[in-house]
Amino acid sequence: MSQETMRVQKISAHAGTVPGEGTQREYTVSKLIDTTTCIGCKACEVACMEWNDLPFGETFFDNTYQTMPETRWNYWNLILFNEHEKEDGSLMWLMRKNQCMHCADPGCLAACPSDGAIIQYTNGIVDFQQEKCIGCGYCITGCPFNIPKFNPETKRVYKCTLCADRVGEGLEPACIKACPTGCLHFGSKEDMKELAEKRTTQLREHYNFPNAGVYDPAGVGGTGVMYILHDATQPELYGGLPKDPHIPLAVRLWKGPIKWLGNLAMVGGIIGLFIHYLRFGPKDKEDEQIREEIAAAQEKEVKAREENRAAVRAEVNQEGGEPSKGGHPR
Amino acid sequence: MSEPELLLPHNRILRYAFHERLTHWVSGFSFLYLMLTGLAFWSPWLFWIAYVCGGPQVSRVLHPWVGLIFVVALAYLYIMWHAHMHTTETDKEWWRNVNHYTKNEDELMPPAGRYNAGQKLLFWGFVICGILLVLSGVVLWLPEYIPWNLRILRYLAVIVHPGAAMLSIGLFLIHIYMSVFAERGALNSMIGGDVSRDFVRRYHPGWYKEVMGDSTQALPPK
Repeated sequence: MSQETMRVQKISAHAGTVPGEGTQREYTVSKLIDTTTCIGCKACEVACMEWNDLPFGETFFDNTYQTMPETRWNYWNLILFNEHEKEDGSLMWLMRKNQCMHCADPGCLAACPSDGAIIQYTNGIVDFQQEKCIGCGYCITGCPFNIPKFNPETKRVYKCTLCADRVGEGLEPACIKACPTGCLHFGSKEDMKELAEKRTTQLREHYNFPNAGVYDPAGVGGTGVMYILHDATQPELYGGLPKDPHIPLAVRLWKGPIKWLGNLAMVGGIIGLFIHYLRFGPKDKEDEQIREEIAAAQEKEVKAREENRAAVRAEVNQEGGEPSKGGHPR
Repeated sequence: MSEPELLLPHNRILRYAFHERLTHWVSGFSFLYLMLTGLAFWSPWLFWIAYVCGGPQVSRVLHPWVGLIFVVALAYLYIMWHAHMHTTETDKEWWRNVNHYTKNEDELMPPAGRYNAGQKLLFWGFVICGILLVLSGVVLWLPEYIPWNLRILRYLAVIVHPGAAMLSIGLFLIHIYMSVFAERGALNSMIGGDVSRDFVRRYHPGWYKEVMGDSTQALPPK
């Protein structure tokens, strides 16, 4: 998890392959969030703001613990609270720490048009490079989790970095460090999967949560942030966690078939028009015609003059008798 | 019907008045900028264009504003020209003979009016693409103001905007080809405003009749 895992493995809008791709065997990192032991204390939120030095924004109070509806450009980590009423009428308080999921197949990166503005490290962290961000917001469209947020002042987009700066130095993300209940775990994806499997088995067999499971959606190639849910069949209950997230079809079409059709049509169009010009040339043969007409008129004039001369000569010859007698031939 | 005010000295005919030319070039140059910066955002292989146009961030900021200029100019072009752009029987006949047109056999074409059927298609194509581009463009301009539950708008925009852009680039290529390369004199008509009588007689015989009107009859018999 230290520096050698911080090689770049994917680059947004990059014309060509990723330099040094696949030259070393790496392992991916993962954050595991056990929603069953989260107490909603928001220590992770504070740690995130502290470590990333984010300016505090306005919050509001609506008689719940929810101080803002969703993450912001300066608030990357937000616990979503849901007071869920179970079928037997009893209450269940569901809390989910929401942040970037660090998809293996990131929609933001697929949608980004700026070379190098979004990169994915070989350890799986998806990171925005704000100095290369052009602020188009395509990442907002590409993300199935509603994570990237636009800062209207800097005109750049921001989101959770999974504390890439800490991870690069062999440390865990700030949120992990701050969690008092130990519901946040961090390690290699394999280790975290194993841990999650153990915990969900425990939940299913000993805690009467028969639907307990791990949230690691395959639609986005798996995520660098996994959840343990009481009821994995209903992830929507946890602040609208999508059941089967994937890169939006529109983004896939736009960056796939539409792009290639468009490129083909444009290049084909230019070549086609060029060939048409070679074959048929300009419509307007006016200049050519005028030149021809002028040439024809000149020719006619020359002919007429010669005829005239011939006529005059004949006349002279007739008058002067012998043709040789008249001095120099003309 | 004669329109003697369009007849200029030296057998020239006024085809585009100053305000038409100016509006055309405002929309033309803004389209060029939009196309270039748009292509930069379209493909990683063309992203370098954004650096040529003042940097990717600048291009991102200016593209929507120039888009507004384009749309306003296009709207004015619409107001000026749409009356000439309705499809007539001649236009249907024109499309049936379009293969002659592409082979430069203009003498076999039905007599076009001020605009031929192809030019009309170009006009309506640009108008429709312009509407699609501005509607989807507003969404792409300010994506952060589109709430999550209306994200379908963003998905539509990323399909409609490039789609309409590709279509309008196709029209643009044909427009450049026809005016600069194929119909010599057409580019000049949009700069100086005038064309030769021969140009009008050749490409717009219907309009020629309208413009010359009685004056053709006034010409001495050959």
